[in-house]
Amino acid sequence: MESTDLAAVWLTLKLASVVTILLLIVGTPIAWWLARTRSRLKGVVGAVVALPLVLPPTVLGFYLLVAMGPNGPVGQLTQALGLGLLPFTFPGLVIASTFYSLPFVVQPIQNAFEAIGERPLEVAATLRASPWDTFWSVAVPLAKPGFLSGAILGFAHTVGEFGIVLMIGGNIPGVTRVVSVQIYDHVEALEYAQAHWLAGGMVLFSFLVLLALYTFNPTRRKAL
Amino acid sequence: MSPEIQARFRVDRNDFTLAVDLTLPGHGITALFGHSGSGKTTLLRTMAGLERAPAGYFALGSEVWQDESRGRFVPPHQRALGVVFQEASLFPHLSVRGNMEFGQKRTSTATRRFSLPEIAELLGIAALLDRSPGELSGGERQRVAIARALLAAPQILLMDEPLAALDLKRKLEILPYLERLHRELALPIVYVSHAPDEVARLADHLVLLDQGRAVACGPLNEVLARIDLPATFADDAGIVIEARVAEHEADDLTRLEFPGGHIHVSRRHEPVGTLLRCRIHARDVSLALEPPMHTSILNCVDAIVVNLAPTDTPGHVLVRLDVAGNPLLARITRRSADKLAIRPGLALRAQIKAVALLG
Repeated sequence: MESTDLAAVWLTLKLASVVTILLLIVGTPIAWWLARTRSRLKGVVGAVVALPLVLPPTVLGFYLLVAMGPNGPVGQLTQALGLGLLPFTFPGLVIASTFYSLPFVVQPIQNAFEAIGERPLEVAATLRASPWDTFWSVAVPLAKPGFLSGAILGFAHTVGEFGIVLMIGGNIPGVTRVVSVQIYDHVEALEYAQAHWLAGGMVLFSFLVLLALYTFNPTRRKAL
Repeated sequence: MSPEIQARFRVDRNDFTLAVDLTLPGHGITALFGHSGSGKTTLLRTMAGLERAPAGYFALGSEVWQDESRGRFVPPHQRALGVVFQEASLFPHLSVRGNMEFGQKRTSTATRRFSLPEIAELLGIAALLDRSPGELSGGERQRVAIARALLAAPQILLMDEPLAALDLKRKLEILPYLERLHRELALPIVYVSHAPDEVARLADHLVLLDQGRAVACGPLNEVLARIDLPATFADDAGIVIEARVAEHEADDLTRLEFPGGHIHVSRRHEPVGTLLRCRIHARDVSLALEPPMHTSILNCVDAIVVNLAPTDTPGHVLVRLDVAGNPLLARITRRSADKLAIRPGLALRAQIKAVALLG
């Protein structure tokens, strides 16, 4: 394997890890809200979160590129803060990937929260646990399978993305060139042997992830 | 003097209104009895603060947990109360001990009234502490749920049909533990039920709920003996007496004494002096003007007719009797009532055909 290949693998893993952590932090409150709210906005927010499931990555990437560009609102903000512009940087890639993989993390966690039902939370309240305490000591442990599924799916989906990376990050070795882009480059250059190594690795990786998901995801426990 | 419980709530829903104004004793077991839809569970949940009545007042002694006229509403987790639901609802991610410690850990040491080993012993679950909830039977789970609620140092225990989800065998397994709670802990219990047997066995105080209103509220027998009420217990109408085991007789009968007379039942294993609760159904009591001479019915007491009322059973009336200050109900046919000219003040003999011993 060439050093550029290794750099691409390393960058991909780094990106997926950062994005997964960020998604758990951002996705959990959204999932909790969606699972518990009776607000009429629930449908709207749910649909917005799910948009990346149906949109071509190029569409999402295009809008993010515009927003984060020199004339976009996000771009003007980052420039005003002295952070420069996000497109074609690693942080830019992280932000775009977070949007793109959001539903893959929010939905399993939301389903797990919904499956808990009202009763365990009520029981916790009658046992002197404040809502914040109940969230951490009852809701999160009971939703653990959902968190596991969400994290695995979010990580794997980030590893597998291509279109949005090209739109936002371009193809800068060591900065934004992830495995999927590297494979594309190899194929463009007719370097099929190298492409095989990376592509085969991706197939194996994806299979193992799904295997883990289907094997280890424990059947949901019910309150007894 | 134990603090009184005051509950005034008004809850309006599309198809249902709960409007109660109750003062309940701060000791013993108060049963909230009614058919499904009578509002008993809503009342209990409102007491717990799990539901908020827009116009409500709820206080235990000087502790005011809800007073909407002053905008006061203490959320459930800040109320010193315990709730036992119909399903045990144990936390599956915690062991039995973890479940029991959940509430205990969240109370200050000063307010704790019971220790974990004490409560585990009281409820017979000391051997189960390291199990996970999934390994327990339904009855064991419910006992753990009761223990968990008690360890959170409640000043009142609210139980929402804690036996309804269990089969008869499990029910009989738990009832003695509930009686122990009643005897050994100075803790008021509000107990929701739609099972007359449970109420007769456990309650000291009874609130009858019908369509969101409290139609009667008072000491158990006082309410049970009211014949002017809609037939809540219907065919199960009857009263409860506390009787003392007086003597085990030679022919395998045990004589029980109660103010107003004595009754014989099949031999009991309890020692002389034990107090037993017995239930006498109105349908098992018949009336005679003269002391009956040639009859197989052994149990016969002097009684005075208080009043009569029609009952739901066609052709029958319910007669309320006074037996040395204790109420007794008899259900007889209207024809017999007319033939014997049963009227208030009449002295007669009440024959008791059967006694149900509770516990």
